[in-house]
Amino acid sequence: MIKIKAKDVDVFYGKKQALFNISLDIEENQVTALIGPSGCGKSTFLRCLNRMNDVIDICSVKGEILINDFNINDKSCDVVRLREKIGMVFQKPNPFPKTLYENVSYGPTIHGMAQSKQEMDEIVETSLKKAALWDEVKDRLHEPGTGLSGGQQQRLCIARAISVRPEVILMDEPCSALDPIATAQIEELIDELKKEHTIIIVTHSMAQAARVSQNTGFFHLGQLIEHGSTDKIFKNPDNKKTQDYITGRFG
Amino acid sequence: MNKNKEQLLNKRYKAEQRFRLYGLSAIFMALLFLTIFIFKIFSTGYSAFQKTWLIVPVTFDAELMMLDQNPSKEDLQDADYYDIALKSMADLDPNANEDQENELKRMVSYFFEKEIKNELLNDPNLIGKTKEVYLTASDDLDQVFKGNYPRDLPEDQRRVSDYQLKIFDQLVANGKVESKFNISFFTNADSREAELAGIASSFMGSIFSILVCLMIAFPVAVLAAIYLEEFAPKNRFTDFIEVNINNLAAVPSIVFGLLGLGVLLAIFQLPRSTPLVGGITLSLMTLPTIIIAARASLKAVPPSIREAALAMGASRMQTTMHHTVPLSMPGTLSGTIIGLAQALGETAPLILIGMVAFVNTIPGSPMDPAASLPVQIYIWAESAERGFVEKVSACIMVLLGFLIIMNLFAQIIRHKFEKKWS
Repeated sequence: MIKIKAKDVDVFYGKKQALFNISLDIEENQVTALIGPSGCGKSTFLRCLNRMNDVIDICSVKGEILINDFNINDKSCDVVRLREKIGMVFQKPNPFPKTLYENVSYGPTIHGMAQSKQEMDEIVETSLKKAALWDEVKDRLHEPGTGLSGGQQQRLCIARAISVRPEVILMDEPCSALDPIATAQIEELIDELKKEHTIIIVTHSMAQAARVSQNTGFFHLGQLIEHGSTDKIFKNPDNKKTQDYITGRFG
Repeated sequence: MNKNKEQLLNKRYKAEQRFRLYGLSAIFMALLFLTIFIFKIFSTGYSAFQKTWLIVPVTFDAELMMLDQNPSKEDLQDADYYDIALKSMADLDPNANEDQENELKRMVSYFFEKEIKNELLNDPNLIGKTKEVYLTASDDLDQVFKGNYPRDLPEDQRRVSDYQLKIFDQLVANGKVESKFNISFFTNADSREAELAGIASSFMGSIFSILVCLMIAFPVAVLAAIYLEEFAPKNRFTDFIEVNINNLAAVPSIVFGLLGLGVLLAIFQLPRSTPLVGGITLSLMTLPTIIIAARASLKAVPPSIREAALAMGASRMQTTMHHTVPLSMPGTLSGTIIGLAQALGETAPLILIGMVAFVNTIPGSPMDPAASLPVQIYIWAESAERGFVEKVSACIMVLLGFLIIMNLFAQIIRHKFEKKWS
């Protein structure tokens, strides 16, 4: 089933065009990897999906992005509601400088998802469990989240993102600041999370894309060169540029 | 080639050494001036914290005080103390003629009548008895006792006569002159008489001004900073505002004083010489300082925190109030305190709005006339009397102490809150 449908998306930073005519369908409950050399626009595209580009004054987005058949670029779309449904994990772990508990409970609090303290405790516990962090931190929920290791911080950010039960999780190079062990943990987690969430991951590591994703899109110079099942892209790409990038000839 | 390289290397080391030397000498110079300044102030000012008292036997003669038998409390209040006060001073020299009696009277402050009255009010049983009472020495004798008075000047160039000095020396020899901690310096308002002048009025005036300034400048400045930094679009108009805020911070303070005079006093008819007007004027001056500090500390909050909150579905307002503002508060607060410390030391605008007036009452609210510490320094420094010289330094010491405490407070806030999450 198609969860997200991007149609002819153009993105401009001021006068400079960063994305050209991107059309891409994203399957529900699968992992879609966006790959490509630096500056190719894959992060920009990812940030279109939860309208994080709104934050940048000079950035303008054209085209349609349909999520559940609703155009999120429409004026009637409320970004607060949108971002409740579409969580995001950033490149660098960015926990709030608050306690672990406050980090995870922040989203449910502002969206009014828990009626009682007990309910909130449950949400925090399940979120941390789903993020495979519970066992490591259950005794220090009221210590600052910034005191964790890098990998733990990133899992905390994932727990924070899933605490509001988003339908889609966007991940912007979530492992680029982590060591191989932490990376492996996160990848395992992604595999687990796709049962309940649709995941779109931007990554620099082609190996990672091959490991975690079912679908892959290859971006180059602001254009979507090729997209399809990860198997096909990695084994038998249609486009010469994709072939070159995947075999490491450039990028 | 090799030799060339070595020369170059040597040159670089030498340049570094020279640079270190410049730095060290600059620091040394700064410390030297600071030490001289502090030493000068302390050596001149410390004596102001001591006050000289003459111990004079006073006979509480009911007849001279116009008191009946068994006087009530009110009678004691209304009694005439001037005659017994005069008499006890005159009695210091039984052979004194009328002129000399007058000189004897001027050896103590004009407050001596009150001091004798208080003695009796404290203990009504003293009627008819004689008791040694502490009387504030005149400021000139105070200086004589502290050794600051040029006794070797010809008599006609001195305010203390040879006769007064003779009597005073006798009193000293008999142990009837004592130096005690000068409480009245902290509890009295200003006075024309140096021995009675205190900083209570100007201290309270400063406190009230600073409070008014804080209550106006802090909320306005913080809201302005939050709006400009977090909400306002970045366009020509906001650039223009930013430039003007920076310009405002550089406007000489006397201009703000003129503004206060022209607008607050002339148009709004607010009460003259009051900490209310002073505080409003100072808040105009402090506003840009706090805005700049608050904006800087808002800017210092990493954008990743904002993104994290926004991506969780927090509105812009929630992102700002839940995350950005709390994180920027330590910087904002210490900037505020530094701005207030600046305002505390400000003199020129306060002079223009009339806080330079002679105020001999202690203000009870920001609506009462008052001076402020720096203006008090200015007023005393202008006075010709010798007794005010040490008062100026003492007042500077109090002001500096106040400023140091405020800056310390700013440091503590910054440290305490920054430590929490690092």
